[in-house]
Formats: sequence, structure tokens, C-alpha cells
Amino acid sequence: MKLSFALLSSFVILHSSLALAAGWPQFRGPNASAVSTEANAPGPKLDIAWKVDLPGRGLSSPIIVGDKVFVTCASGPDQASLHVSCFSAKDGKKLWERVMKATGRTMAHNKTSVAAPTPCSDGERVFALYSSNDLFAFDLEGNLLWLRGLTFDYANASNSLGMSSSPVVVGDTLVVQAENDSESLAFGIDVATGKNRWKKERPKAANWTSAVVFKEVVALQSSKGLTGLNPRTGEIEWDYTDGAATIPSAAVTQNAIYVPSNGVTALTPEKGSVSQIWRAEGLKPGTGSPLVLGDSLYVLNGAGVLLKASLTNGDEAWKLRLKGPFSGSPVAAGKYIYIASERGDFQVVDTTAKEGEVVHTLPLKETVLCTPAISDGAVYLRSDKTLWKLK
Amino acid sequence: MRILATTLLGLVLASSLHAASLKEPLADIRAVDKEGAGNEKATAAWQQITKADPAALPEILAAMNGANPLAENWLRAAVGVIADQAIEAKKLPVEAVQAFLMDTKNSPEPRVVAFDVLQRAKPELAEEITPQLLEDPSSELRRHPVAKLTSMGDEALAQDKKNAALTAYQQAMKGARDEDQIKDLAKKLKDLGSPVDLPTHFGFIRSWKLIAPFTNVERKGYDTEFPPEKEIKLDATYPGKNAEAKWVDFTSTDEYGQIDFNKPFTMLKEVTGYAYTEFDSAEERDAQIRLGCKNGWKVWLNGQLLFARDEYHRGAKLDQYKLPVRLKKGKNQILVKCCQNEQTEQWTVEWQFQLRLCDATGTAIVAKK
Repeated sequence: MKLSFALLSSFVILHSSLALAAGWPQFRGPNASAVSTEANAPGPKLDIAWKVDLPGRGLSSPIIVGDKVFVTCASGPDQASLHVSCFSAKDGKKLWERVMKATGRTMAHNKTSVAAPTPCSDGERVFALYSSNDLFAFDLEGNLLWLRGLTFDYANASNSLGMSSSPVVVGDTLVVQAENDSESLAFGIDVATGKNRWKKERPKAANWTSAVVFKEVVALQSSKGLTGLNPRTGEIEWDYTDGAATIPSAAVTQNAIYVPSNGVTALTPEKGSVSQIWRAEGLKPGTGSPLVLGDSLYVLNGAGVLLKASLTNGDEAWKLRLKGPFSGSPVAAGKYIYIASERGDFQVVDTTAKEGEVVHTLPLKETVLCTPAISDGAVYLRSDKTLWKLK
Repeated sequence: MRILATTLLGLVLASSLHAASLKEPLADIRAVDKEGAGNEKATAAWQQITKADPAALPEILAAMNGANPLAENWLRAAVGVIADQAIEAKKLPVEAVQAFLMDTKNSPEPRVVAFDVLQRAKPELAEEITPQLLEDPSSELRRHPVAKLTSMGDEALAQDKKNAALTAYQQAMKGARDEDQIKDLAKKLKDLGSPVDLPTHFGFIRSWKLIAPFTNVERKGYDTEFPPEKEIKLDATYPGKNAEAKWVDFTSTDEYGQIDFNKPFTMLKEVTGYAYTEFDSAEERDAQIRLGCKNGWKVWLNGQLLFARDEYHRGAKLDQYKLPVRLKKGKNQILVKCCQNEQTEQWTVEWQFQLRLCDATGTAIVAKK
């Protein structure tokens, strides 16, 4: 009986830790790697499990925490009404919705939206950021924990084309970028109070990339390069200054960062220095960010061609034309890459096929600009009107 | 009789307890400020407020009056939670919320929230109220009757009732303050042979004195105090970038009031220009200077810098920047600095701005004749 109890306890603990590890807590998922860490991969033949109407526009990705799906939207003539909606992952039932008002400027290019940055979660809270630089923290039940208006605080922190950098949580610090041509800033914010731990001036240039985390250092990309900061203090740990893209973000593994810089440049940063492993100028990510799956790097270029390259030296292995154009980034689980085109063609690529192969296409029949999310064997996408679960 | 007295006493006590219980948390939320100041207290206060009876909704809405936009958002979220539950339980204090909405002494923001709550709970009542909002102090509330009148005009037009359509569109235009609705109505009215004087409707200032070209090489002109920032001498000339800088008269003929430096000075790059005008106000009053500009810019009113922004060619639109000001009675001096940068792409040619004077609703303020 004692043994059975011990076994049961072990099972409960194991199950709990798996449940905690599951999900898709931020832009491009766990560790912003764009690759699902769950054993339960979605597979190729996905169809619509459910779809629900959304209250407003947006190209932020859904995030999934446990059995809840969180989506941000913006509605109204100036997109000044900011929504955070929570749905049941099981059946799409709306569990709660909060509607706030933008305190910063909401002007944005027509193609993007005020709900462009993807929210993130530390498992207890959801942090929703918008192009207006309004930032809200809710618990998973929809209780407002704190809020900030970063353009209300710093009046020139805005971009008239719109902003899209997604926040990341590192430990108990939320890292937020509000980088632009004028008052260009990044923040480390206390997840419990919403107050600044640090505020850092960033290159005065428009920037739409999102941070990645490498060995507990948060890496901020900009036109100047890639800067590693201590997330608790904002102090610079290392700095790569050879320039980088301002739209596609870096891919990261436990050993290296693959940054869209002069094509793609593979870096191994450590305190005080950054070593370059290789540079592949022919690998030019379009709007979507690259990802690492197994021993390969995958880059979706501006022409809608998916390139597979060696992680060791950046050499190209194969290229596969997809049905584009694309605004979102590819994501992966198991051996499959998932991506939706702007025209709503959701495509599944088998990366183990000799030259790569699109093994499944699902027309969603709406404009899709977001990056998909993966959780519990399903893929989630959103448009300006609809949230889909594909299974 | 005793039962009634006891009940009344109970109600009074409950009411005063209720008032006392919300006073402090509402004050805590109203105290939030920049950089997260007051967030900790507000978190606890928000929890307390969201447990309030739906009868407290008008009090919570009233706490939004005069609150800063951050506090407004805390309270907006609290109203949302209570209203969700009240609508579900059919316990929304409809009359009280309606009374709050219709009292224009309340600020526009909570009145918009009140309307949204009513629209969700009692859509037929919201529809009934809508025509009364055409001249509302809230431009957001005006959108509803403007949309309704526009639809009525469209329906009349579909039935070939041109006069009825014209009347509906003209009424709608009278109330319209948002660009999208105004543009739509202006086209419909023009098609019916009744064009709208858009610059007057918006309140664009179209006649200016312009001076250029001062330098903006390496974008340094933005922070350089050229002579017009120190003195306004309209007959003076100054050394400029490759040319003498002198004041010229410029009146815009653009429907959207664009003041285009390229017209008098040609398409220059890495240059700075200034525009100066005087606005004669009939009274001392609150107003807004609203600016649209895709160049680096600064704006002064009566010698006081209002705002400055060094962003170039990321886009411009009507009312891109809303600058609250206090006009003095009589002559008000407006100075605009407009910097052009070094970019050579086709979409970086513009060296211009549009500026209008209006009240907080967006209603044009007319200069004293």
C-alpha cells in the first residue's frame, strides 16, 4: 500500500511538472524557440477542431497556458479598445474578456494592428502588450493585477507605423521593448508590481523584433546588432555590433544564437565577448523568424521559399517553395513545420522528406498574419476575426 | 410600520456602509500614476471594488470623472467585471446607468463605458437613446447617431428619395467629428450636389508665414535654435542652407489643410522650415492643437513649447498628435518647426504638416473675425 501511494505521488508530481512544462507561453513558444517541447506533437493531418469569433483585429499569436488560450485584439475606429480574451482550449468557450483603452498612440500601418505584440505568461499571470505601449497584467482568471502606459510615461516612445516586439518573462522580470526612432527604450519590469527594475536607452531606430533568452541572458536585437542584458539589472553582458534585421528575430538553442544579420550569423556569446561560428549571407529571412529543428536551421525567405541549412556551417541542404506570401513565422513540433500564409493557407511541411515536402494544406479562407501556437497536440491561429484550433 | 422603519434604516445603513467601503479603494485607484506608482494599492483596491454590488456601478463610473487615463483603465476593468456579472444575473441598475450616461457633467470616458454597458444589457434602450447623442460632448458617443443617420440616408437614397437622403446626411455631418465618418459623408453629400467645406468643418489653419531653408544635415537642425525660435520678425532675412531664408506668405488650398514647404521652397533635403501664424480667439478657453506630420517637428503656442518629436517618414494622419492648450483671449502665436531629413526614397518627399484648432470633441474653433 505504501508503495502504491509512493507510486501515485510520483505520478502526480511527474504529471504536474509535465503540465507546467506544457503550453505555448509567449511569441514562438517555449524559450521563443518556435519549437514545441511537448511529447504530444500535432502531426500532419490537421483539421478545424473549433473556431470562435474574435472581438477585434490583431496579428499577435494566441498563447496557451494549461487549458486556457489567451488572445489580444484591438477594436474601434482607432483600434483604441484593447481586448484580452481567454478561451477554453477544449471547446473554445469564452471564459472571460477584459476591455481596456489605449493610453498611447494607436496609429499603425494598415497591414498591422495595435494588437501586434504577442502576450506572454509566467504560468500565473498573463502580460498583454499593445502597439500603443499599454501593458496589462492579469491572473489566469482575469483579475487585473497591474497596468502600465509606457507611452503615457514616456511620451515619445511610439512608432507611427506601429510596434510589434513581444515581451518575454525571465525569472521574475518582464522584458519589454518600446524601440523606435525617437524615445527608444527597453524595460525590465517587476512581474509582481509592474514597476521598472530598469529602463535602458536603445538605438534610436524603428524595431519590430522580439527578444530571445540565451543562457538566462535576454538578447535584444536591433539595427545595430544583438545585445545581451542581465534581465534582473539591465546590465550589458555581451554585445554583437555587426548590425541585424529589424523585423525577423533570432533563433536560439542551448548552444548558439542564429541572428538575422548579414544573412544569418551564428553566434556563441558569453560574458564580455561574442564569437562568430559562421555566417551564411544567402540565408535571408523575410518577415518570419528562423527556427532550429534537430540539427538544421530553417529560414523562410521573402519569396516564400523555405530553406534548410546546416546548423554546423550554414550550408544549404534544400529549398522548398511554399504557398505565400507570409507575415507570420514558422513553428515546429516533431518533424513538422507549420506555417500559415497571408492568404490563409495553413501548410504542414515534412522536414524529413528528401527535399522537404508540403504534406498537408488547409485553407482557412481568411487573411492570416500571425505566427501559429502549438499545445497539447493542436495548433492555434488567429485572424482579425477568428481564432482556430486545428487538431 | 416598525418593519418599514427597520427596512429603511437597514437600507440607509447598507448604503452608508457601501459608500464607506468603496471610498478608500476608489481613492487608491485614482492615485495611480506614471511608472507604476500606486500599483500595489490599486491591485488590492481593484479586488475590493469588483466584489461590490451592481448598485455601486454609478459610483465607480463617477470615480472615472477627472481621473488620469491609467486610473480610468483600472476602473474600466472593474466596471466590466461587475457589469458582466450583473448582466448575467439580470441585476444591472439600468436606470442609474442611463442617468449617469445622460448627465453630460460626467466625463466622456465613463459615459462611453456606461453606453457600452447599456448596449450589451439593453440594446433596444441604447438604440432609443442614440439620436440624443448627436451633439454630445463625447466624439465617441456621437459616432452612434451619425452612423444611424448615415444608414437612414442610404436607405432613402436606395428608394430614390434624394431630399430625405440629403437631410439625413447633412444632419449626420453636423454631428460627425471622426475623420472616417466625415470623409464618407462628404463624398455622399458631394454626389448629391451639396459639397462640404471640409477645411472649415475640421478647423484647419490654412494661412501661414513660412521660412526656410535652415539646415538639418545629420538631423542636427532639429535641436538647433534657429532665429525664428528666438524672434518673430517677418521682414527679417537670415543665412540659410545654400540660400537666404526669408518669410513668405502661404495659404493652403488642400482640403485637408496640408502646409507643404515643398511648394514655396522646392523639394529640398536635410532642411528645416518654420511656419508662423496668429489665431485670434474670442475668449480665453481650453482647446486642442491637433497636428499630423511625418517629419521631425516642434510646436510652440505663445512662445511655450508644447511637444517635439524626431520621427521621420513613418506615416502621418489627421489628429495624429493632440496637444491640449489654453488659448488666451485675442492674439495667439503658433509656431511650427518642420524638419526634412536625408532619406531619398519616393515616400520621403513630404515636408509638410496639417494643423487644426478644436475643442476636445474635435469641433472646430473659429477665429474671431
